[in-house]
Amino acid sequence: MKLFPIRGGIHPDYRKEQTSEKAIVVMPMPAALYIPLQQHIGAPADVLVAEGDLVKKGQMIARNQGTVSASQHAPTSGRIRTVTEVTAPHPSGLPQTTIILEPDGKDEWADLPEPIADPFSADTHTINDRVAQSGIVGMGGAAFPSAIKLNLGEQKKLEILLLNGAECEPYLTCDDRVMREYPDEIIDGARIMAHALGTPRVVIGIEQNKPQAIEIMTKAASAFPEIKVVAVPVQYPMGSERHLVQAITGRETPARKLTADLGIVVHNVSTTRAVHHAIRFGRPLIARVVTVSGGAIREPNNVLTPIGARVADLVEFCGGFSARPESVVNGGPMMGQPLPSLEVPVVKGTSGILALTAEEINDRPTSACIRCGSCVTVCPCGLSPVDMAAFVRKDNLEGAAKLGVMDCFSCGSCSWVCPSHIPLVHYFNYAKGVLNDLERESRKNERIKTLAEVRVIRIEKATEAKRAALAARKPASDATPPSNSGEAKAATEEKANA
Amino acid sequence: MLIAIGSLTIMGIVLGGLLGVAARFLAVEENPLEEELKELLPGSQCGQCGYVGCSQYAAALAKGEAPITLCPPGGKVVIEALAKKLGVTADLSEHEEKGPEHAFIVEDLCIGCTRCIRECSTDAIMGANKLMHTIIVDACHGCSKCVPVCPTDAIVMVPVRVTLRNWHWPKPEIEQTHSEPKVGHAH
Amino acid sequence: MSIATISKSGPFAHGFNSVQKTMFTVLLALVPATAFNLYLFGWPAILLFTVTVGACVAVEAGCLMLADRPVRATLADYSAVLTGWLLAMSLPPWAPWWVGVLAAVFAIALAKHAFGGIGQNVFNPAMVGRTVLLVSFPVAMTAWVMPHPLFSSGAPGLAEAIAITFGGHMPDTVSAASALGYIKTELSRGIPVTQSMAQVPDLMDMARGYRAGSLGETSAILILAGGLFLMAKRVISWHIPLSVMGGLFLIAAIFHAVDSAHFASGTFHLVSGATFLGAFFIATDYVTSPVSKKGQIIFGLGCGALIWLIRNFAGYPEGVAFAVLLMNGLAPIIDQYTRPRAFGRNSKGEPLQLEKP
Repeated sequence: MKLFPIRGGIHPDYRKEQTSEKAIVVMPMPAALYIPLQQHIGAPADVLVAEGDLVKKGQMIARNQGTVSASQHAPTSGRIRTVTEVTAPHPSGLPQTTIILEPDGKDEWADLPEPIADPFSADTHTINDRVAQSGIVGMGGAAFPSAIKLNLGEQKKLEILLLNGAECEPYLTCDDRVMREYPDEIIDGARIMAHALGTPRVVIGIEQNKPQAIEIMTKAASAFPEIKVVAVPVQYPMGSERHLVQAITGRETPARKLTADLGIVVHNVSTTRAVHHAIRFGRPLIARVVTVSGGAIREPNNVLTPIGARVADLVEFCGGFSARPESVVNGGPMMGQPLPSLEVPVVKGTSGILALTAEEINDRPTSACIRCGSCVTVCPCGLSPVDMAAFVRKDNLEGAAKLGVMDCFSCGSCSWVCPSHIPLVHYFNYAKGVLNDLERESRKNERIKTLAEVRVIRIEKATEAKRAALAARKPASDATPPSNSGEAKAATEEKANA
Repeated sequence: MLIAIGSLTIMGIVLGGLLGVAARFLAVEENPLEEELKELLPGSQCGQCGYVGCSQYAAALAKGEAPITLCPPGGKVVIEALAKKLGVTADLSEHEEKGPEHAFIVEDLCIGCTRCIRECSTDAIMGANKLMHTIIVDACHGCSKCVPVCPTDAIVMVPVRVTLRNWHWPKPEIEQTHSEPKVGHAH
Repeated sequence: MSIATISKSGPFAHGFNSVQKTMFTVLLALVPATAFNLYLFGWPAILLFTVTVGACVAVEAGCLMLADRPVRATLADYSAVLTGWLLAMSLPPWAPWWVGVLAAVFAIALAKHAFGGIGQNVFNPAMVGRTVLLVSFPVAMTAWVMPHPLFSSGAPGLAEAIAITFGGHMPDTVSAASALGYIKTELSRGIPVTQSMAQVPDLMDMARGYRAGSLGETSAILILAGGLFLMAKRVISWHIPLSVMGGLFLIAAIFHAVDSAHFASGTFHLVSGATFLGAFFIATDYVTSPVSKKGQIIFGLGCGALIWLIRNFAGYPEGVAFAVLLMNGLAPIIDQYTRPRAFGRNSKGEPLQLEKP
């Protein structure tokens, strides 16, 4: 298959060999699970359980609410200790509402929804409802509720379901292992999703540095002519949705549009497997494969981890630290988020837990920019990081926005390549945060203005009505102005407010 | 020498004349500035700027009588918008960004007198006579007009909470080996 | 176990590139040409080279101290050494010591630190140093000599060299004109290029370095080798060198074809003067050249055209330094107009239209 080039990118040290040959192992159930109500993009789920409740494995313990949300399920049977605020697996270290579950060791399944016997004759709704009910979110890291993405087929004509098995982040091997160990589950899930989306073709994109996965997946897909496995070049950030679409189809997703607008829906391979479980067995998403790696981990491994297990327990399972980690990262080293502590849970979007030493990170003090232009050369989005950072440094965020800072998806290529070790991505994260704040604030100001105007109009109307009523009652006192005392006015307003 | 002086003089006269003509014929109609400024203000007539309402503040701004940093509910966004419109540089050093705030009713103290409801210009307070009141945070823009009218001091201003949804990375602090001069600017 | 407080967002992986490494690679690329030329021009050249590099480092240290910035850490990035090195390579090899020192002061203090130090300068420091000297002391700056290889007969010994460099005793007999200067002079006397070309060394000799000129001008082949080394190391890309040389060659070749009596050939322009040094080492200076590839090509073509213009029509026989400086001034504007197209947007920055499937 003909591939298309993508702009820029880097070739970091992949270091996948630490875990790529380690078969997936199951982590024993820890003493407690911490299940946040929000592990996804969108609104937090509505809690369904209370302290002391006994729950079974797979039972829904928090229900999705609003349009973009995802449910949470008990990863094992046990007792709800409490529902409280717990530090989130997020760099801010802020707390979020979390259900704490004490496993009872029996691991008893709840009554699961019936498997959908023949998904290929089921309609889109049945499949999507099941996916939504199972709390499935994108497992590549962004954690966007999958059911919403599966609904796209109803709004748009879709051509390709693209499975993202690029796994371009260094260290991470969880998708690689899942593809090598469960190819048929992925293929089945993909066929079900393609059916729900109405896409005639399925393409599975895998980076060439995973030859076994490519071979195994190709073999598994050989029975289905509509499924094609494509080996894509090793080039970070190939796993970026838009770039993978460009590499495979040659088409460039316009800014502010979705790949679905081009007729292509992208899902991660592990997500596909979760869909298979939900449809064929009625099992919700309650565990995921996490790559635990990095120079500070004693026994790096690919671990099937129950959702809600604390990072500390997971690290303990992998032999603990062999050296003091400089950073513990949730996800890959390029786009992952640093963790504020080890007392935070593994969530549905956690693809890796990396304990990295200072040598591995190789960050050094920042020196002056020498305008070498490397960042411009490597930027896969065609931006000019050097100029954007100069604007952000002087707090000219408007200037940075004009140069496209909001188009940056923080892939980190510029920071990686910078010979002066300027924290370019950090500058852009800051700028994007402030610009989003300003946007929110100006939207709020707009709303406030409308509210104030509505109120003024309402009060005027009420006063008018009162005046009319007064005039009707006392036609004699026509000439005198209507009562303007505070009491009367307040009464009017009270009526208006009622 | 004479030629040089002469030609420069002629060039000066011609170019100066051109500029004068251009200023007359290409002049931009004066904008109804006051209206435009009013558009930029929150419009809730809270009066925290010291003027009666947003229109009056806009008028004062248009005349250049008022500084652009008087609108607390508008915050930095409004200051920057005003600065841009008026073509002045916003001196944010004087302006202490308090960070957004909203009103909060201590429910134990509220006696349900509805005075605050009458004061609120954005209908951000819910409640009725003899019933406890509460603030709709999304509609409250932190003008704090309701605080003084409360007979039981049940209303306090609290900062808008930083949550996982609105948290963002702070500006990076750079440990530098060299480059940045400690004083003055490079350009 | 607690983790260090989070002060930086990702990425948590970094390449092994650094400013120091980049500058050091450039220095490495200059070594063969420099060593060979120092051998060709003997002790006086070695003395001047040492004085110039030393002066640049000293001035840099002084400026850093004045600006209250870390001295040792900044000197370790080798940028001052590189400036001094390039500067020395652009001076007449037998020039007196004060030429090197004065040029160093202008290069480092005026062109670099007055603008805010490394990364902030608009103009290439070494070329500023050279041109200020050239304009102010044209005689000292155009006193070329033919090569006198070390230990060859007639080459000055160390004592003589000290007299030349520090005593200002330039032996009259050895002075020579550079090829470009010679042709220009002859042309002004009405002798066509076709005739005067017969008097200059043949092109191969010029390329090897057996001719009068500055350290960086003579052995074009070794400079070229250094440039290719830099490209192989990915310190520089092909865009600037190729467009400088291509621009110069093209315009020279066209005019040579039209009027060979007045205009020397493209090949002559390429191997003479500081073309290679300029194309590979001067115009490619990161700080003072555009960052985008498209901008670099425009920048390079501009340099090439200006070099030819200055060589043919201006008062100076060699124009690389002036051409690069002029284009340096344009680099920020070129950068502004040659930003790459953002993903999913057209060149104006508007979102792409959805193509009809």
